[in-house]
Amino acid sequence: MERERHGWKWLLSAPALVVLIAAASGPLLIVAVYSLLSPGEMGGVSWVFSTEAWMRVFMSRDIFEPEIISWNSAHFTVFWRTIWLSMQTTLICAVLGFPTAWFIATRPPASRTLWLFLITIPFWTNLLIRTFAIQELIRNSGTINSILMWTGLIERPIQLLYTDFAVLLGMSYVFLPLMILPLYAAMDKLDFRLVEAGYDLYASRMQVLRHVIIPMVKPGFIAGSILVFIPSIGAYVTPRILGGGRTMMMGNLIGLQFGQGQNWPLGAALSVLLLVIVVGALIFYLRVVNREEGPRHG
Amino acid sequence: MANAFSVKRLPGFGAIAILTFVMLYLPIVILVVYSFNAGASQSNWEGFSLRWYQTALSNSQVQEVSIRSLWLAVTASGIATVLATLAALGTTRVSRFPGQTMIYALINQPLMVPEIVTGIALLIFVAFLKVNTGYSGMGYMVAAHTAFCIPFAYLPIQARLQTMDSTLETAAADLYASPVQAFRYVTLPLLVPGIIAGFMLGFVISLDTVVITEFVKSAGQETLPTYMLGQLRRVVTPEMNAIATLFLALSVVIVTAFFLITRKRG
Repeated sequence: MERERHGWKWLLSAPALVVLIAAASGPLLIVAVYSLLSPGEMGGVSWVFSTEAWMRVFMSRDIFEPEIISWNSAHFTVFWRTIWLSMQTTLICAVLGFPTAWFIATRPPASRTLWLFLITIPFWTNLLIRTFAIQELIRNSGTINSILMWTGLIERPIQLLYTDFAVLLGMSYVFLPLMILPLYAAMDKLDFRLVEAGYDLYASRMQVLRHVIIPMVKPGFIAGSILVFIPSIGAYVTPRILGGGRTMMMGNLIGLQFGQGQNWPLGAALSVLLLVIVVGALIFYLRVVNREEGPRHG
Repeated sequence: MANAFSVKRLPGFGAIAILTFVMLYLPIVILVVYSFNAGASQSNWEGFSLRWYQTALSNSQVQEVSIRSLWLAVTASGIATVLATLAALGTTRVSRFPGQTMIYALINQPLMVPEIVTGIALLIFVAFLKVNTGYSGMGYMVAAHTAFCIPFAYLPIQARLQTMDSTLETAAADLYASPVQAFRYVTLPLLVPGIIAGFMLGFVISLDTVVITEFVKSAGQETLPTYMLGQLRRVVTPEMNAIATLFLALSVVIVTAFFLITRKRG
């Protein structure tokens, strides 16, 4: 019976695979091809092989003397901002997420479900709406500036919107549930007798936290970090709304090549680069997880 | 009890947790509160009013994009759920076969690739197809949303299938049920909660998708999220808050229902 099963059964997944290849994976290959073509006159491409787009990712040509090539500092600024803001977002989410997940995991079972539900709600509500909520909070005539001006602490509004800080705040806000949920999953399985044993052996709270709890929930930490880091790296909506044109991230730089910039091969090359970074982060994650789980299972 | 030493207590953690919950909900609460503001300001409270809901609901453009969004979400999630159910039946509870990892990777691929990359990939592909076929209808949007919904629909269906008792189907077969009958009267009814959950997840995901839609849409194919994204660049009135609140309410209802359905499973 088993043998009969795997003979034809996988064919049931064929319709789904056809749609996925046509509308998700296949177009990615086209992007890779387009990154090696020449830009067309009004957007699009002309079918001439060229490595110019890839060079433009990292280098820029002098406007008057195209032979003079230098590092593309504008692009590097965007790359660095993307990575730096994503790392900070991950850190902020970890610092806030760890105590929150711990708090939920140590509630009595009945109320635990409710607390967990309170995390799930923002997790599934529209990212656009949550970003809009942050925009309302920090704009010049927004809640924070109004309160500060009302109390007399400041005389004119502080420019919060369209700064790196705004993007960092927004990303931490929208991605926080992605850190809390895997951390909670790890803590939920935690054997509290081991924590108790630590205290019995005269460990202080800090020592128990450092040597018992954190090592045990490490897989949840790693999963949460990767779940926050990857969408941060690829963020488009949050930096577009909160960062504006001045504080672009890689996603916005890519989007620009298909709008006003109109350099499709460059946009395609930047997309491939972004994809390589994401896949790199995923491979790093899988390696760490395998190393973590290796000794325990074998 | 409150003063007794508890191994589960870590000083300061409770305070940070409560603060986090407040921070998670405060911006949303403010957004909802100002949707009921009588004035046009987002920071000066001028009394309670439903005028922005009236404005939003009678705005013909809002009506149009909302209907399109709902239609798209139902269609894409419906197709994705059927495809994901078949895929789950084809990949779960079977002995390992060559290419299995490949299938898993394909199904989960939309989860890993940044939306902006999928978005521009589809923009390029759709532009190519439009030139060569002349077709520029909603088909592209349906296909893009369906592909994006498949992994989300697949997850709960596959999870349900994995925990299902296979002896019931064996019993059906022992009682001379044909494979089709066994599927129709045993497997499918048991699978229904997973299928409903999968459809709901797909529905919410399609409704939320903004980046892919923004790059795939042709003229006149604006959805509610892309309409909102466009509006946010201008100075917004509480009409936006009213739209966002209605949208939020719909999401909360679906998520609550999803939560209740998947919890009963155990």
